[in-house]
Amino acid sequence: MAAKLVETRGEGNAILALSGRLDAYSVAEAWKGARQALERNRNLPVTVDASGVEYCDGAGVALLVDLLRQPRPVGAKVTVLNLAEPFQRLLAPFDPESFAAAASPLAPPVSPVERAGRAAAQAGRELWELVAFVGEAGAALAAGLRQPRRVRWKDALAVAAEAGANALPIVALIAFLMGVILAFQSAVAMKQFGAEIFVANLVGLSLLRELGPLMTAILLAGRSAAAFAAEIGAMKVGEEIDALTTMGLDPVRFLAVPRIFAAVAVTPLLTVFADFVGLFGGGLVMLSFDIPWVTYYRQLTASVNLEDFFGGLIKACVFGLLVAGIGCLRGLQTRNGASAVGISTTRAVVSAIVLIVLADGMFAVMFYYLDY
Amino acid sequence: MTTDEALIQVRGLTAGYGDDVLLREVSFDVRRGEVFAILGGSGCGKSTLLKHLIGLYRPMAGRVLIGGDDLVTAEGAERLALLRRFGVMYQSGALFGSMTLLENVRLPLEEYTDLPDEAMDLVARLKLDLVGLAPFCGHLPAELSGGMQKRAAIARAVALDPAILFLDEPSAGLDPITSAELDQLVLRLARSLGITFVVVTHELPSIYAIADRVIMLDKSARGIIAEGRPQELRDHSDNPWVRRFFNREAEQ
Repeated sequence: MAAKLVETRGEGNAILALSGRLDAYSVAEAWKGARQALERNRNLPVTVDASGVEYCDGAGVALLVDLLRQPRPVGAKVTVLNLAEPFQRLLAPFDPESFAAAASPLAPPVSPVERAGRAAAQAGRELWELVAFVGEAGAALAAGLRQPRRVRWKDALAVAAEAGANALPIVALIAFLMGVILAFQSAVAMKQFGAEIFVANLVGLSLLRELGPLMTAILLAGRSAAAFAAEIGAMKVGEEIDALTTMGLDPVRFLAVPRIFAAVAVTPLLTVFADFVGLFGGGLVMLSFDIPWVTYYRQLTASVNLEDFFGGLIKACVFGLLVAGIGCLRGLQTRNGASAVGISTTRAVVSAIVLIVLADGMFAVMFYYLDY
Repeated sequence: MTTDEALIQVRGLTAGYGDDVLLREVSFDVRRGEVFAILGGSGCGKSTLLKHLIGLYRPMAGRVLIGGDDLVTAEGAERLALLRRFGVMYQSGALFGSMTLLENVRLPLEEYTDLPDEAMDLVARLKLDLVGLAPFCGHLPAELSGGMQKRAAIARAVALDPAILFLDEPSAGLDPITSAELDQLVLRLARSLGITFVVVTHELPSIYAIADRVIMLDKSARGIIAEGRPQELRDHSDNPWVRRFFNREAEQ
């Protein structure tokens, strides 16, 4: 039953009669009406007659406090009368005066200059963390290579299985589609010149040199960089990183190094796999353009050499290093709380993809000058 | 066995975050063999103090000496040696979720000793038996109750037989019986292995049961407001807030 509000004019004052249930579900209408009634009788004392109230809880009390706290001219006070004893007890602890001011916002608004400054300081701190992490990880990786016994190979193997073997289906799917689409799109155009056979050159070169490593790395970023950041982030939130630190175990050596080694080992392997599946997809399209496997294969081997293949693999290694490294770094940077893990994961994937693209560009320039 | 020798010495420790100073020039000693409790209301810097004692945070000023060596300035191998003098049980247990209990307890042994595999297994099993968890060796932490996780965390913390054990709110989130069992475990370890305990807590029954000496931190004082035996502080402290804390009275 909704709360009811009846307004009557008394002798030199206004009377608001409240009745029915005053709870969070029924009080909305009465609240609006009561505020309007106060407005209308701005210069008259207002008496709220609560004798008809059958039930009143936190929301009802809030309504009464709201009416009592309104700033009124002298001699136009709001009073609450006849509120039943049990409800009176609910209202008693609150002093309407102290709620008179509008609730202050949690934090004062920050000027744009200060925001820019804070953002710059934050960016500076992150750059510093990045530099420190690269240094620590570099030292830990070098130490791991010098003393392989100190690396946790069991962890590395588990990561390699998860990031490598379990990624085969998705890598196969994407690589196959890349090969098919690349071959089909170019074959349609080249057919006009009777040059379908050169599709083999195009597919071969672009897959081995660019798309194979690039697509593999981006998939790795989506699967494994995210996984690393989430795992390590959850460990950070659960104090496990602190536990490692106080046990004297460096989290970078303990968590990042096995993951980086695993990723560097697995990315080239996945790339080889992606290359072959992509080339197979291209070959299938060629078949439909009446070019048999043998011809496709001959044309491929004539146009692509081992340098292209290994160039792609070197890239893949570097991509693997970057993706695993940034995934671990974002995980270690996780602040407190469950939402922080989500933020770290997102940042890991975004940064990984940015790094891949940057590195790919640098490789392009480098290979160009090296005539590779 | 409590002696007067100070095992941990905190001298002029100032700590906080940014401009916000939580503790100003705090000094106290923890004696060898005692169960030492750090008390205080919520937000007074108990956990912050603990994190400084175990070297996770760097203080703004002051020194933390463990057995006479400064944890704040120690680096490299020296710091590692210092870290191995104590174990820590974190509030949530902080067991490694991807490892079984046995692997968790084995980890410090794997990293720091050259024991053969079988010996490491045995040591880890013995430590788990010490906390009554031998039957759960092969379980993952997530398969255990909160109390069991904390006990397992203690087993891991004592894997290398440290001289000091830090406990961060051992009773938090436990029912009174489990919490009392944990207290018994602490007392047993303190008496039988001679481990020095530093416990952060605000559970009164637990304090009376285990603590030899306590310090009490206060937010507004930014430091220690009382130090001594819990019973003495309850009955004879001249600070009304301290008496209220020990008698569990609300602010009037």
